[in-house]
Amino acid sequence: MQKIIKDAQIVNDNWHLLANDISLENIANCDDVIVPFALWQEHKQLLQKRDGQTAVWLDSSQEIEELADDLTTLPLIALEFPAFTDGRHYSSARILRDRYRYKGEIRAIGDVLKDQLFAMHRCGFNAFVVRADKDIENALLSLNDFTETYQGATDQPLPLFKRR
Amino acid sequence: MYIYDEYDQKIVDERVKQFRDQTNRYLAGDLTEDEYRPLRLQNGVYIQRYAPMLRIAVPYGLLSSKQLRKLASIARNYDKGYAHVSTRQNFQFNWPELEDIPDILAELATVQMHAIQTSGNCIRNTTTDQFAGVAKDEVIDPRAWCEIIRQWSTFHPEFHHLPRKFKIAVNGAQQDRAVIEVHDIGLEAIRNSQGELGFKVYVGGGLGRTPIIGSLINEFLPWPHLLTYLDAIVRVYNRYGRRDNKYKARIKILVKALTPEIFAEKVAAEWANAKDGPMTLTEAEVKRISSHFIAPAYKQLTDIDFNEIDQQHPGFARWRQQNTRPHKQTGYIAVTLSLKATATPPGDISDKQLDAAADLADQYSFGEARTTHQQNIVLADVEQNKLFELWQQMRELGFATPNIGMLTNIISCPGGDFCSLANAKSIPVAEAIQRRFDNLDYLFDIGELDLNISGCMNACSHHHIGHIGILGVDKKGQEFYQISLGGNTGYNTALGSVLGPSFAQEEIPDVIEKIIQFYLKQRHADERFIDTYQRLGMEPFKEHVYAKNN
Ligand code: HEM
Ligand code: SF4
Repeated sequence: MQKIIKDAQIVNDNWHLLANDISLENIANCDDVIVPFALWQEHKQLLQKRDGQTAVWLDSSQEIEELADDLTTLPLIALEFPAFTDGRHYSSARILRDRYRYKGEIRAIGDVLKDQLFAMHRCGFNAFVVRADKDIENALLSLNDFTETYQGATDQPLPLFKRR
Repeated sequence: MYIYDEYDQKIVDERVKQFRDQTNRYLAGDLTEDEYRPLRLQNGVYIQRYAPMLRIAVPYGLLSSKQLRKLASIARNYDKGYAHVSTRQNFQFNWPELEDIPDILAELATVQMHAIQTSGNCIRNTTTDQFAGVAKDEVIDPRAWCEIIRQWSTFHPEFHHLPRKFKIAVNGAQQDRAVIEVHDIGLEAIRNSQGELGFKVYVGGGLGRTPIIGSLINEFLPWPHLLTYLDAIVRVYNRYGRRDNKYKARIKILVKALTPEIFAEKVAAEWANAKDGPMTLTEAEVKRISSHFIAPAYKQLTDIDFNEIDQQHPGFARWRQQNTRPHKQTGYIAVTLSLKATATPPGDISDKQLDAAADLADQYSFGEARTTHQQNIVLADVEQNKLFELWQQMRELGFATPNIGMLTNIISCPGGDFCSLANAKSIPVAEAIQRRFDNLDYLFDIGELDLNISGCMNACSHHHIGHIGILGVDKKGQEFYQISLGGNTGYNTALGSVLGPSFAQEEIPDVIEKIIQFYLKQRHADERFIDTYQRLGMEPFKEHVYAKNN
C-alpha cells in the first residue's frame, strides 16, 4: 500500500487515484476513489450513491471555484502539480481554506518533492503524495525547515508583525 | 537601517541550513539538475559561462559598512577579488564554487545578509530611490515600505513558483528615481487631499523582449491595505499568468491581454476577500519598521559656499557639480561614488575598493552606503565641510570619475564575457565608448545623457529606457548592435525607438559620435539630448547617421 504524508506523519493510504480516462462503469462500488474533475461534474449524483467514499482531483488549470457548491460533500480534494514549478494550486489551496473554510483533506499529488512541502503546508495542504522515487522519510523532515514565518497564511493567519 | 531581531535572524539562519541540504543533495545526485535549478535560482545561484554566479540581495540598496566589508572578504576569499553592482541594486559574484556557496551564505548571515529570492520565478528584491530619506523632493521615505514588502515577500508560501520572476519598486519622491513604471508592480507613495498616505499602484511594466510601461490600476490605495492588495495582485497573476510560454509569462502580458481595467477588476474582486483581514497593516508595525529609518544624528550646520574651492580646484568643481546632490538637511550633501571609470567593467568593484567604501561610509556617512540601479554607490549623508577631503580620498580610490548622469556613466550588463544568454559582448563596447568620450570638457558640453548597453534582449541593462540604448543582436552567429534613441526614465518613462539597421562592434563609437555631434549642432540652449530628440524626432538622427558621406 502506498505511503503518504498526512498531518505530518507517514501513513498508509487507501484512496485510489483514478486517471482522466476512467469511465463510471470501471469504478468499484466500495473503493475510496479520487475521480477526475470532469467525471465528477458529469456524474456527481451517481458517484455519491456508491458505498465507497468519493473525492475529486483537479489538474492545475482547473479552478477551485467550480467546486464551491460541492465542498460539504467532499471528504478530500486532491490538487495536481504537473511539474513542481507550476504554482497555481498553492493559490487554490488557500482559496479552499481561507475563503470557503473547507475542512476536509487537501492533498498534493503529482510532482511533489521535499522542497515544496513547507510552503504547501502553509497554504493549507495537509496531505502529500511524495513522488514515488523520492525518500518520503527525508521529505517529512522539511516540514520543520523553518520555525518562523513572516506572512500570515492558512496555517497561521496572523503575520509575524502581529505576533512579535 | 533595518536591524534584524531574533526572528529575522532565525529565518535567515534556517535558510542557510535548508540551502546547504539542497546543495548537498544535488552534489550527491539525489536531486537532478532540473530539480535543483529552481531551488538554486531562488537563492541567486545561476550557472554561467565559466562558473556559478551568486547574486546577493541588498534590500532596497541599503548597506552598512560592516556588510560592505563582508562583501570584500567574500570577493577575496571565494572569488577573484571583485564584485559587481547590478541594475537591481544587488551584488553579484562571478566566480564562486558551487560547493562554497552554503559557506558564503553562512558568512553573509552573520552580517544580516542573504541571497533569498534574488533570482527565480518568485518575488525579487524590492528596489527604490538611492536618495531615499535624504532627497529634497521626498513625500515619504520609501524604505520602511520596502522593508515591509521585503518581509511579506520573503518565502511567501503561495508565490514560490510564479509563472515568471516578479519585481516590485517603490518611490516616495516627486521625481521617480526608481523607474517604477518598468516594474511588475510600481508603487508611488502619495498623500491625498486629507493628508493621508497611500500608494498609486502601477502594474505590468517591464523590459525584456516585450517592453511595456506599467498601467495605473489604483489611484490611491490607503497604506493599511498595502499587503492585502499586493497579495491580491500576485494571486491573480499566479493563477492566470501564462505558463505555456516563458516569453509570455510575465504579468505585463496578462495585464495587456485582459486590459488594465479588467485586470484591476479581477484584483479588486480578489482583494475583497482579504481586505481588512489579518494581513492589514497596523500603525504599530509601520512605526516599528519606520523607527529603523529615522534621520541619523545630524549636526546643526549651515550650507557651504563652494565658490572659492571650486575656483582653486576645477576638478573638484566639476566632480561636485556632477556627482553630488542637494540634501534635505542643511550643511549636508549626498555623494555618488562612480563605478564607471574607463577600463573597469561598469559596476565592478574590487575587494580593496569595497573595504575602502566601508571606511568612507564610517568616516563620512554614519556607516551606511547605498547601491544604485545605475550600478554606482552612494554615500547619502556627507557633511559639506568634509566634501573636499572626501573627494581627495575618492580620487585615489578610483571613485571620483565625474560622470554621474553623463554619457560615460554607462549601465552595462556582463554580456558575452560572462553571461551564457548573451548575443554579444557589452563590456568592451562600453569601454570603447568611454575611451572615445574621455575628454571631460566634451563630456560636460554634451551634458545629461543616459547610455545603456544590454548583451541581449533580456534587457538586464535597461537599454530601452536609456536616452541612447545599445542592444547586442545575433546575425548569423556574428555579434551586431542595434541602437535605439529616446528612452527615458522618471514619471515620463518612455521606451526608445530603433534607429535603423544594426552595426558591427568597431563601428559603435563612431555611430555614437555621429549621434552626439548631430545633437550638439541641433540643440537649443540648455536642451538636453533627450529634449532635442523629443523636439526633432527620429528621422533627422537617422538620416544623419546612415548618410553615405559624413
Ligand atoms: C549573468 C547572468 C544573468 C542572466 C543569466 C540574466 C538573465 C536574465 C533574463 C533571462 C532576463 C529576462 C527576463 C524577462 O523575460 O524579462 C533578465 C532580465 C533582467 N536582468 Fe538579468 N541576467 C543576468 C545578469 C544580470 C545583471 C548583471 C543584471 C544587472 C546589471 C541584471 C539585471 C536584469 C534586469 C534589471 C532585468 C529586467 C528586465 C525587465 O525589467 O524586464 N541581470 N536577466
Ligand atoms: S541582457 Fe542578456 S547578456 Fe546581458 S546579462 Fe542580461 S541576459 Fe545576459
